[in-house]
Amino acid sequence: MRSIRWLSLLMAIVLLGGVVVACSSDDEPEDTGSDVEQVDDSTNADDGEMDDEDADEDDDVAEGDVEDVDGEEMDEDMAGGMSVEDVMADSLGVIELGPDDPIEIGAMFVLSGPNESLGVDSRDGVELAIDTIGDLLGHQVVLTAEDSQCSPEGGQTAATRLAADENLVGVIGTNCSGAAEPAIPIVCDAGMVMISPSNTAPKLTASDRPASFGCYLRTAHNDLFQGRVAADFAYTEQGLRKAATIHDGSPYAEELQNVFALRFQELGGEITAQEAVNVNDTDMAPVLTAIAATEPDVIYYPIFTAEGGFVTAQARDTAGLEDVTLMGADGLFSADFVDAAGEAATGMFLSGPFVGDSDLYDDFLLALEDKYGRGPLSGFHAHAYDATMMLLNAAVAAAAVTEDGGLVIGRQALRDALYATTSYEGLTGSLTCDEQGDCATGEALAVFEITADVAADPEGTWPPGTVYQP
Amino acid sequence: MPWSRRLRRLHPTDVIMGIVGASVIAVVLYGSYETLRSGRYDGTDWFSFLVAGLTQGSIYALIALGYTLVYGILRMINFAHGEIFTAGAMTTFYLATWLSGKGWLTADRLGSAAGARVLGTIVLLIVFSALISSIVAVVLERVAYRPLRGAPRLIPLITAIGASFFLQYTLRGLYGSGIRPYPDVSVLNRELTFGGGYSIAMDEVVVIGSAFVLMLALVAFVQGTRTGMAMRAVAEDRQAAALMGIDVDRTIATTFAVGGALAGAAGVLYALLFRQTQFFMGFIPGLKAFTAAVLGGIGNIPGAMLGGLFLGIAESIGPFLFLEGLGIPSPNQLKDAIAFTMLVLVLIFRPTGILGERVSKRA
Repeated sequence: MRSIRWLSLLMAIVLLGGVVVACSSDDEPEDTGSDVEQVDDSTNADDGEMDDEDADEDDDVAEGDVEDVDGEEMDEDMAGGMSVEDVMADSLGVIELGPDDPIEIGAMFVLSGPNESLGVDSRDGVELAIDTIGDLLGHQVVLTAEDSQCSPEGGQTAATRLAADENLVGVIGTNCSGAAEPAIPIVCDAGMVMISPSNTAPKLTASDRPASFGCYLRTAHNDLFQGRVAADFAYTEQGLRKAATIHDGSPYAEELQNVFALRFQELGGEITAQEAVNVNDTDMAPVLTAIAATEPDVIYYPIFTAEGGFVTAQARDTAGLEDVTLMGADGLFSADFVDAAGEAATGMFLSGPFVGDSDLYDDFLLALEDKYGRGPLSGFHAHAYDATMMLLNAAVAAAAVTEDGGLVIGRQALRDALYATTSYEGLTGSLTCDEQGDCATGEALAVFEITADVAADPEGTWPPGTVYQP
Repeated sequence: MPWSRRLRRLHPTDVIMGIVGASVIAVVLYGSYETLRSGRYDGTDWFSFLVAGLTQGSIYALIALGYTLVYGILRMINFAHGEIFTAGAMTTFYLATWLSGKGWLTADRLGSAAGARVLGTIVLLIVFSALISSIVAVVLERVAYRPLRGAPRLIPLITAIGASFFLQYTLRGLYGSGIRPYPDVSVLNRELTFGGGYSIAMDEVVVIGSAFVLMLALVAFVQGTRTGMAMRAVAEDRQAAALMGIDVDRTIATTFAVGGALAGAAGVLYALLFRQTQFFMGFIPGLKAFTAAVLGGIGNIPGAMLGGLFLGIAESIGPFLFLEGLGIPSPNQLKDAIAFTMLVLVLIFRPTGILGERVSKRA
């Protein structure tokens, strides 16, 4: 009897402890973050010097390769103009490939679950880039794709698996910023580079990001931009004055709705509620009722497919929200979401990746149709294609051909070459990477409208038409 | 007993637990007072919260009954129960889509002949889903649990977790990993309005009504039929029941079938309400229903119903009533925290659940 009492006391203490931890957890990551930064200042300085030395050289190389890679065969001495000795002296280590070894690149995307089409779409882009490039310095390029899900656990697992492969040149991924956070340090510690085609959370490339994020770049737009565009559209174009937001606790959604809210208020609008749901929630009626009580003109919920579908479908059934404008962001930008939401998605606005018409993109779509017999499933295939092209170009720039026809690639040189990418003409426009790893062009974003036609047959009509471009 | 002696016998833990309980109640009361004082939500909003909670809660209750029935008779937690729920809902997806294509789920209003056909189709879907789920449950019992009948209690528990994963990934293999949207029964999106802005959606009426009918049917079955009597007898004392000539294996299989049928019915109601099915969809409702079963007193049938409804309402109203007034931002995010805190508190102060019998260990 006595032990049961002590046990219940223990439970109470654990409960209280849980509350205390939950309340204080916000501060902890920041503390560790700053520690890491301080420690790594010295190494940063070294990197900086290296950058200075190599920057000019790399610039030339990167640009030169863009043209070469398009299909022409490359001479052996074209391989980045580096000697084998230079490469072998690389500070981060070297990838050594035999004459018959393929060049391996990794990918981690959402390949199952409700956001599957987001990941498959990105994987299509990577595969087509590999097809386009064909042989690289006489080596085949092979892809290892892992399922990183849309969760921190998934990102960690996928990154650990990929990082275990010593020959891997770099990783394309992830789709979700939440999955990227734990994945980036793992990939970076393995000396590899990581380029994401669809992470948009600002903190991944913020100026105060930890040094262990130093191998990370992205071709996707930053949410500081996306949230601003969405707010401008809602306030200026649509003339909406009262907005409510919903996020799902993920770094992506939380930051994006915050950027939106700040911009919306800056423009003169009012934020009536900033609510949150949980991933895997299905019953949105309570949160929507709470929002309806604040009488907004627009609800902005930059969350993901499953929960977004529930919010959309149930918003139309909630008293007071029948005619409210619904807005989402690129996390909902797929035919799957419209399927999930059903007819309720009609009239909804989504901000998302937009690829302007170009011959390059037309060829891409033809190749996609040819290979898979369908159009794109979501919006980040072009970003994934560009990311892969940039990675492979940088690999060539950092490579040297050995006497027996093998290949050595310097990891630090590869990283430097990637960060030095300037005016690379990709599908999404002209990409130049800054020192924080943001390579997006700023052109490749638009607001789309889900019309009745799209709602009736999402797969057949994807992507929907644009209504606003910044 | 004089007060002085009672005080002396008071264990220090009792004092601390009392303080914990009192402070939780104080915080809750203060939060509720502040929320109500602010007048942020009016009566119609609270009514909407309540209805949403009741709807979600009746689905929890139906699933919770499966946990409780099996626990009552076998003293094991069937962790694969959430997947039995998924199996029914996902298989019925094909029947629902097919019938919807034939126009059986379309009507202008419920009062018409077409409306009656819609309701009939929903009953058909519920029966079909219940059938599929009970077949899965019975096969599961036969293959995974019956061979372990004599084993220590931990072993069937681990088996249940394994079975849960097995079923989940079988369903993924069969139906794919993407979302399967259920057909939209547009006539159920209508609101049933009362005066003063109070309204309730038809699909919520259908879900609550069906759940209520099913629960009544279960009580009638357990209390009023010979099989039900056999189930109660086996639950009370398996050996004695066997000696009285009851086929224990058969009775246990029936229990799984009944629990599975309720989960299958809940699957269709869930799909009608939320219109999305996916191979992983049973996990969270399964966990919540398990919580509801424990909350109400596991092994106790009215307890599971009460626990389910209680949990649904607590999740729906709790964050806005208790937390909003405390100035916590985005309170809805903490609804799971409320649900599980409530579970812990109930277990501390009433270890056998709200309606659970007080089992005296000293006897």
